Amino acid sequence: MSAGVRAPIEWRKELWGSPLRGAFTLALLLLFGWAGFHAFEWAVLQAVFHPDAQACRAVPHGACWGVIAEKWRPILFGRYPYEDQWRPAVAVTLLSLTTLLSAWPRSWRWWLLPLWLVSLSAFVLLMRGGVAGLAAVATNRWGGLPLTIGLAVVGLALAFPLALLLALGRRSEWPLIRTLCATYIELVRGVPLISVLFMASFLLPLLWPAGWQPDVLVRVLAGLSLFVAAYLAEIIRGGLQAVPRGQVDAAMALGFGRWPVQRDIVLPQALRLVVPALTNNVVGTLKDTSLVAVVGLFELTGALGLALGGDPTWRPFYLEGYLFIAAVYWVLCFGLSRYSGWLERRLSSGH
Amino acid sequence: MSRRRAAWLAWALQALLIAAIASGVVWLVQHALEVLRSRGVHSGFDFLLQPAGFEISEGWLDFDAGQPFWRAFLAGVINTVRAAVPAALIAVVLGTLIGIGRLAPHVLVRGLCRAYVETIRNVPLLVQLLMLYFALTQLLPDSTEPLELLPDVWLSKGGLALPWPVREEGAWWPSHFEWPERGSFNVSGGAALSPEYLAVVTALALYTASFVAEIVRAGIASVAQGQKLAAQALGLTGWQQLRIVVLPQALRVIVPALTNQLLSLTKNSSLAVAVGYPELVSIANTSLNSTGRAFECIAVIMAVYLGLSLLISWAMNRYNARVALRGWR
Repeated sequence: MSAGVRAPIEWRKELWGSPLRGAFTLALLLLFGWAGFHAFEWAVLQAVFHPDAQACRAVPHGACWGVIAEKWRPILFGRYPYEDQWRPAVAVTLLSLTTLLSAWPRSWRWWLLPLWLVSLSAFVLLMRGGVAGLAAVATNRWGGLPLTIGLAVVGLALAFPLALLLALGRRSEWPLIRTLCATYIELVRGVPLISVLFMASFLLPLLWPAGWQPDVLVRVLAGLSLFVAAYLAEIIRGGLQAVPRGQVDAAMALGFGRWPVQRDIVLPQALRLVVPALTNNVVGTLKDTSLVAVVGLFELTGALGLALGGDPTWRPFYLEGYLFIAAVYWVLCFGLSRYSGWLERRLSSGH
Repeated sequence: MSRRRAAWLAWALQALLIAAIASGVVWLVQHALEVLRSRGVHSGFDFLLQPAGFEISEGWLDFDAGQPFWRAFLAGVINTVRAAVPAALIAVVLGTLIGIGRLAPHVLVRGLCRAYVETIRNVPLLVQLLMLYFALTQLLPDSTEPLELLPDVWLSKGGLALPWPVREEGAWWPSHFEWPERGSFNVSGGAALSPEYLAVVTALALYTASFVAEIVRAGIASVAQGQKLAAQALGLTGWQQLRIVVLPQALRVIVPALTNQLLSLTKNSSLAVAVGYPELVSIANTSLNSTGRAFECIAVIMAVYLGLSLLISWAMNRYNARVALRGWR
């Protein structure tokens, strides 16, 4: 099967082409049927859907979706004050809509940058409050899905400019700059994200004057961006290397200076080439935000632990809780990776 | 501006930048030391020689609380390897099978393999790890009534017990198997694998396998169609085509990408801290909390991981040099 054109599936031949093949198909179908029936029985037929822990305990062979019905708000919003949870809901919707809009190649125009600035400020204002009659909510009470998406989006937004500088620096004509950028990139890529998060949560407080401490969310965000930037830089470098040298020479011959060549000729082509790889990295970053649960921030994974861990009534039904947040992550990540594939086909077909 | 002057200027600017960064780092370190001193916290790596004061629940290296910190860190590194190596082996084998399965001439096999890849790699590893750990420790039967998976392989909340070769005192090679025995309270003897260890190895292996599968699939798809047709024309069987013609060429694409996956598997093993498997990061975290030496403990983590990364890159590059075309690179 070649990459571009997909041959139509010859169902009959593939499934029942020979007696042996037919037997194999039948065995597989039976296996699927058996597994599917048991999964269906557990998840639907025997399951308890209303929030009643007593009823859940009474049926040992069925799922207890009641735990989601009971706990969906602390799972999705963490410790955010209950009556103000419409604010993170609106904030995260706003951010998602902006992301959806910028996913559409036709909207790649100059106004995207101010739109993002407005949308990000609105996100922070809604979450923080303290203006326009909204009660102030400290960052240590932020949590759940808005924190997951916020960390991923803001982390990437902060990492991108740094990554651009690192990628350009690694190809610089100046050997010291080149070494500096290469060292940074390789060092960061050689250590696990957890160690960077530990650094942000244990080590950074020592570097600041005792009176003024940035809160843990800001420190973790800084750690995340510094980490992601190293990976983004390598992707961007790949794109820069793919732009033929002749393009630079031609631009120089037309009288372009050093920076205008990069800004107007090389970067637009390079970034276009690496958009699919960047999208895959967005998926990676979204999944990586789950690690901040380890340093005590209650994003989606941490919020689940908070919602169920402290409640003996519902603690036995962790599995359903994990399946729920796994489904949330899956929808986001699968959507993004399908988008990445679509974009790759669109960009490669002469646009 | 003359060429020479431009070169001078470039060097001067670079030197200035480096000097600025270096002085910034020096200032930060001095400032941090000052803050530490003002809080009465000792710093330095001398604590590595002091007794650790905590126990390590499992591992290849015997350890008790009276032994020094450096030995605890060593036990942690060995535990990292103890989890990462089996996970890597399972991931490569399983991933290769699934990758080949994604190109199988049977639509159900292709669909199953694709469903596996798309499900596993779009959910964070941490969530999978926590879910597995919960299932292993809460949903399995108690150790008083373990499940017998295979003859003499027992699985329960207490972990997995399986036959293990043992060697006599002073012997080099194992002489006989030790069989786990089911008592009235638990299973004893043989190799006992803790639920923490099982969860870490399984989660790492299943997660990485989904990425390995994609790499293998891309590698096989990169071999030109004509090669397969030519092999067919020579009368090679399906398995021979794969082994003699397709795989050797596919490996050239696969190996560099696989290296990256093995590197990230090693780094991902640090997530074991979330379920309390005592590998390097868990040990460092415990030490950090008991001694307050954040900088030193994090430096140990980073140094060890950098070392492991370099080691794996080196080994895989050696292997890559063998599978690459002669005259390439």
